[in-house]
Amino acid sequence: MKALVAVKRVVDYNVKVRVKSDNTGVDTANVKMSMNPFDEIAIEEAVRLKEKGIITEIVAVSCGVSQCQETLRTALAIGADRAILVESAEDLQPLAVAKLLKALVDKEQPSLILLGKQAIDDDSNQTGQMLAALADLPQVTCASKVEISAGKATMTREIDGGTETLEVSLPAVLTADLRLNEPRYVTLPNIMKAKKKPLEIVKPEDLGVDVTPRIKTLKVSEPPQRSAGIKVPDVATLVAKLKTEAKVI
Amino acid sequence: MTTLVIAEHDNTSLKAATFNTVTAAAQCGGDIHVLVAGHNAAAAAAAASLIQGVAKVLHIDAPDLAHGVAENVTAHIQGLAASYSHILFAATASGKSIAPRLAAKLDVAQVSEMTKVISPDTFERPIYAGNAIATVQSLDAIKVITVRATNFDAAQTNQPACAVESVVPSASFGKTTYMGSEIAKNDRPDLTAATVVVSGGRALGSVEKFNELLAPLADKLNAAVGASRAAVDAGYAPNDWQVGQTGKIVAPQLYIAVGISGAIQHLAGMKDSKVIVAINKDPEAPIFSVADYGLEADLFVAVPELISALS
Repeated sequence: MKALVAVKRVVDYNVKVRVKSDNTGVDTANVKMSMNPFDEIAIEEAVRLKEKGIITEIVAVSCGVSQCQETLRTALAIGADRAILVESAEDLQPLAVAKLLKALVDKEQPSLILLGKQAIDDDSNQTGQMLAALADLPQVTCASKVEISAGKATMTREIDGGTETLEVSLPAVLTADLRLNEPRYVTLPNIMKAKKKPLEIVKPEDLGVDVTPRIKTLKVSEPPQRSAGIKVPDVATLVAKLKTEAKVI
Repeated sequence: MTTLVIAEHDNTSLKAATFNTVTAAAQCGGDIHVLVAGHNAAAAAAAASLIQGVAKVLHIDAPDLAHGVAENVTAHIQGLAASYSHILFAATASGKSIAPRLAAKLDVAQVSEMTKVISPDTFERPIYAGNAIATVQSLDAIKVITVRATNFDAAQTNQPACAVESVVPSASFGKTTYMGSEIAKNDRPDLTAATVVVSGGRALGSVEKFNELLAPLADKLNAAVGASRAAVDAGYAPNDWQVGQTGKIVAPQLYIAVGISGAIQHLAGMKDSKVIVAINKDPEAPIFSVADYGLEADLFVAVPELISALS
């Protein structure tokens, strides 16, 4: 069976972004970009399922600018078999990305579609659920365990207070949470191999999808800054301050 | 203009975040309806009818709604959506799972983790782990929004009960079956609603030390226990204790960070706390840059001292 994995190119996890002085967005020029960490977990899970013999082909997809090819090469180096870039310079919002992915799901007919639960740039946590809705498929968000047998998947997902287990018929959409797995390091031979794997580029128009943004960003501003307080010399002073100054205990 | 708030509940009582979501709904303007979709959840519906400002409660009862499976809840709400200008969910695990599914079914965008209502169609929300605040305008006719509960006060529950109207259930989704859940038994306050949170980081060194030091401190303060991602990754604490960008967002009166260095992803989850205390032996730890009171000390000495000072 085939798996489709969506990966997003985002500002690297370790970069502290700066808001542009004209308040139009954050400064992403000359900033390190990487694969969204949750998408890395998603691709790793697909590769593990392939290693177990459950999945036979992994198609990695990214939607965005031309440089997303680098992100797709990383996915190929982790173990995807081929890649598709839906190239667009437009501000691709979750609904638009879900529609693009839906078009590719129709074309590729995967049994399992994996995404990260959330991208660390816009922090939306929407695309997987939207794709599942558009394709009328079951969704398991924040998955931490996946077992597949006989056209069904049993998955555990992280919820408030603990976990819950769902059984879904395939095809299904899952979004990966932190504990699903720990992605492997990409090795140099695999990076070299990835360069030879097929990478197809399509445009939203080719898929018949209107990607016009539905949400207009009017302004991006700095959050209120919290200033550092004081250092206390010992526990006794700390307790006294909390009691008499902050009055919180 | 009417706003529909999707109540979060366990079929018996409403979850705390629902009350904060009603406050956000009031700020959007217009009437407020609350939907309780569940199974044998009349008690939750009755509780919703007492929330200040709620004009009507819609109650859908169906066996497939017993566990809040997103696909089923969406199937039942979808048909009601057209009468509303806004549909609000709390930004909890449940709300975040259902809201985007509903939005896509309605072919509208969704606004995540809304922190402020500027006008009926314009909202603020944090992006990049809270390192930037976006002001966004929704261009769709129906605004589907998840609400960050810590940014809105809880609505009062002192009104005479409003009408509770039964809604005929729709067909179930059918391709997803709830198999069971494991909810950790926990006598402590809920992490996102607690007035005091004690959080531990990797510096605690082991799951034993994590519990040995933080449990008695939390007991003394009637606090919830949280953790940094590093502590969760290391297996010292369960995943749902994680405070941060992709974990829980908390804003208690008092947040005590023990052995947490303060990565930006962690700060994103707790920097709206009223008073922050940091205990860390590294004077350069970024957590000190947001702490009201910083104690540069070995936590294995300082925490037991703090526990006895509070006795």
